[in-house]
Amino acid sequence: MNLNDTPEEAKFRAAARAWLTANARPKDKSKDRTKRVQKPESERLDSARQWQAKKAEAGYAAITWAPEYGGMGGSSIQSVIYAQEEAKFDVQGGFFDIGLGMCIPTMLAWATAEQKERYAKPALYGQEVWCQLFSEPSAGSDVAGLRTKATRDGDEWIINGQKVWTSGAQYCDYGIIVTRSDPNVAKHKGLTFFFLDMKSAGIEVRPIKQMSGESGFNEVFFTDVRVPDSQRLGAVGEGWKVALTTLMNERLAIGQGSGVDYSELLDLARSIELEDGPAIKNANVRSRLADWYVQTQGLKYTKFRTLTALSKGQTPGPESSIGKIVSGPKMQDLASFAMDLQGQGGIMDGDESVMNSAFQSQWMWAAGYRIAGGTDEILRNIVSEQVLGLPQDIRVDKGVSFNELVSNQGK
Amino acid sequence: MDFDFSEDQKLLKEQARKFLGDKCDLSQVRKVLEGDAPHHGEVWQGLCELGFAGAAVPEAYGGLGLGTLELCVVAEELGRAIAPVPFSSSIYLAAEAIKLYGSEEQKKLWLPRIASGEIIATLAAAEGTSPPHPRSLKTQISGGKLSGVKLPIADGAEATLAVVLTQDSLALVDLTTGGITRKAVKTIDPTRAHAEITFDNASAELLGAQGEGWQNYCALESRAAILFAFEQVGGAEAAMNMAKDYALERYAFGRQIGSYQAIKHKLADMYVRLELARSNCYYAAMALSEDTADLEIAAATARIAATEAYRFAAQENIQTHGGIGFTWEADAQFHYRRAKLLALTLGGPERWKDRLVSQLEKTNIA
Ligand SMILES: Cc1cc2nc3c(=O)[nH]c(=O)nc-3n(C[C@H](O)[C@H](O)[C@H](O)COP(=O)(O)OP(=O)(O)OC[C@H]3O[C@@H](n4cnc5c(N)ncnc54)[C@H](O)[C@@H]3O)c2cc1C
Repeated sequence: MNLNDTPEEAKFRAAARAWLTANARPKDKSKDRTKRVQKPESERLDSARQWQAKKAEAGYAAITWAPEYGGMGGSSIQSVIYAQEEAKFDVQGGFFDIGLGMCIPTMLAWATAEQKERYAKPALYGQEVWCQLFSEPSAGSDVAGLRTKATRDGDEWIINGQKVWTSGAQYCDYGIIVTRSDPNVAKHKGLTFFFLDMKSAGIEVRPIKQMSGESGFNEVFFTDVRVPDSQRLGAVGEGWKVALTTLMNERLAIGQGSGVDYSELLDLARSIELEDGPAIKNANVRSRLADWYVQTQGLKYTKFRTLTALSKGQTPGPESSIGKIVSGPKMQDLASFAMDLQGQGGIMDGDESVMNSAFQSQWMWAAGYRIAGGTDEILRNIVSEQVLGLPQDIRVDKGVSFNELVSNQGK
Repeated sequence: MDFDFSEDQKLLKEQARKFLGDKCDLSQVRKVLEGDAPHHGEVWQGLCELGFAGAAVPEAYGGLGLGTLELCVVAEELGRAIAPVPFSSSIYLAAEAIKLYGSEEQKKLWLPRIASGEIIATLAAAEGTSPPHPRSLKTQISGGKLSGVKLPIADGAEATLAVVLTQDSLALVDLTTGGITRKAVKTIDPTRAHAEITFDNASAELLGAQGEGWQNYCALESRAAILFAFEQVGGAEAAMNMAKDYALERYAFGRQIGSYQAIKHKLADMYVRLELARSNCYYAAMALSEDTADLEIAAATARIAATEAYRFAAQENIQTHGGIGFTWEADAQFHYRRAKLLALTLGGPERWKDRLVSQLEKTNIA
């Protein structure tokens, strides 16, 4: 049992570090803590594209993908090693996680050879950005209850309906979409899956303002949008199978969350004077701090267990499913507690706030993180059913054709 | 990276599991709960004869000469079985203390007898209802004579040897000599006997240097905490499985109770806590076997996570069982009792959290 790099891993790490040193600036730790200035989205997207292109050129953008799609044909451990090294550098991330983590992997599993050839590399190089068009106003957790309609017309399909909560649709070039092609069969049976050009005629993207005031996600309306049948993934009526590929990758892609953690809280507690002394000497503060440290380490070492299993060619145990259940509430509770510690000062969310509102913004954002990509409740269902083997929930929608189902929109 | 136990270690674990599964099912634990014996003699003897007790004792002192990783996997199985034996007292605490601080002579004299199970040894630190620390300890040693009152001491009535924490030192006391009176102390977990030991000018010799008692005790505690944490993980998993089995078997309102989310999600939460604890334990096991600089942090982290995992699984296992879970006949009580016993042996969770944060402050890990 050890965490040491094998000689090959050490070699890979050294090469990654050398490449990063030559191509990026190391993070300035002191600056990192206090200044979290958000540049406008378009500027961030530009610098993310530039960094992504450099990385792809060097093979580090998709280490585990096959070389023919721009990857390195490397291992999961190598991905982690690279991520550990990249985390020490000041580079612009984000924007491509959904595309490279979910959409393109779905394409690689279901698209034709020419399509993979055409779409994988531009996504990898950050030239084309992808979004996931699954959720709808009446279908989120129960995404198979979606209503966006696809009707066949010769070699084309005509799509009508609405998607919602689509992250990044405002700047995306392509999207993957699940539609209902047959409402007369059971709800999982009548679905068909496509990828489409977000610039197609009849697509309208309207930003949704989140409670934080930002607009990261959108409503996307489809009015007679024509998609060639060649852009169908999987068979007609078997879209659910394809969607499962995406959802499986989603669970792998959504890891532990990031943001302020116990170390920022420790710093804060050191700087705050309570009535009976520094906050860091307060028993309750110490107790909470310890709990969050223990959770963070537990997730980190759980990941190491998963990687070890992968490196031995075993399928990772179900322990990999616990990441988001733990990290979502942790992010929210820790940020909330940090604000509480400041008393009334904790309400400040501007220049006067501690650490440039890092706790306040995490407190806002965590509320969404616990919902995005599978809610806390859905994830507990997954663990109890798929890991512990407990019965599925009683389902009133089983064996009923979709158009007979009751929903908040009526039948 | 190879963050897992080796095949040999897993094999050892399987052997321990098989032995305990055969010889120490819950009906055997119940015998100790309901009987007069302080521990299960046959199970303890078997663990010694098969070499589990002496696994991490060097061959020169009568053990198998394996490492602490091997001890960790055995500990997990002892925890799973809720084994009613003096293993932790003799091995994680007394034998480890002698290995760490004993003179050559002390090791030669005591380790072979402990490893073989010929004698039981224990650690006597607690002095009543305030947790021990240098300002509260009353027990003293001077001129080879030791006086003080220690309670509750695990296996204190049966032990032949005690490692005693005094105001300034660790000491070894042969409990069969004069100046010692003992009486049983009733505890929440009768499957692990405890006693009060009164030392009145008892003959004692120093274990390790005079004046280094507290610091040595803390180091010993960190190491033992990792082994106890493995027991807690084993226990937590067993309690979770007991709850799961019942959730599949019991029907209410025409369906398995395990189909209700209130129960499903409770079980998912047990699983999450268990896996966090297991992962932290793995890291601590590694830190222990390599004696890394962050051993204390790793130990506290594993200890806190494992205590929480077992606490939650044990109490919610009873809840999952409903009324039957609260009966004497049901086995759920074993976990409830043992989880609390283990949580407080070596001091409660708040103490370990405080220690952890002190370490984080010191190492400036932030
Ligand atoms: C920040 C953010 C980004 C997102 N990005 C995308 C995106 O890019 N693409 C996309 O397709 N979607 C996206 N989503 C949508 C997301 O997947 C859904 O919001 C999520 O799956 C929940 O669905 P819902 O909002 O319809 O809530 P509902 O499904 O209506 O859930 C409401 C509540 O009911 C609970 N609930 C529902 N079913 C059950 C059940 N069976 N058992 C117990 N409780 C249940 C839920 O846990 C929740 O608490 C995003 C969401 C957020 C917040």
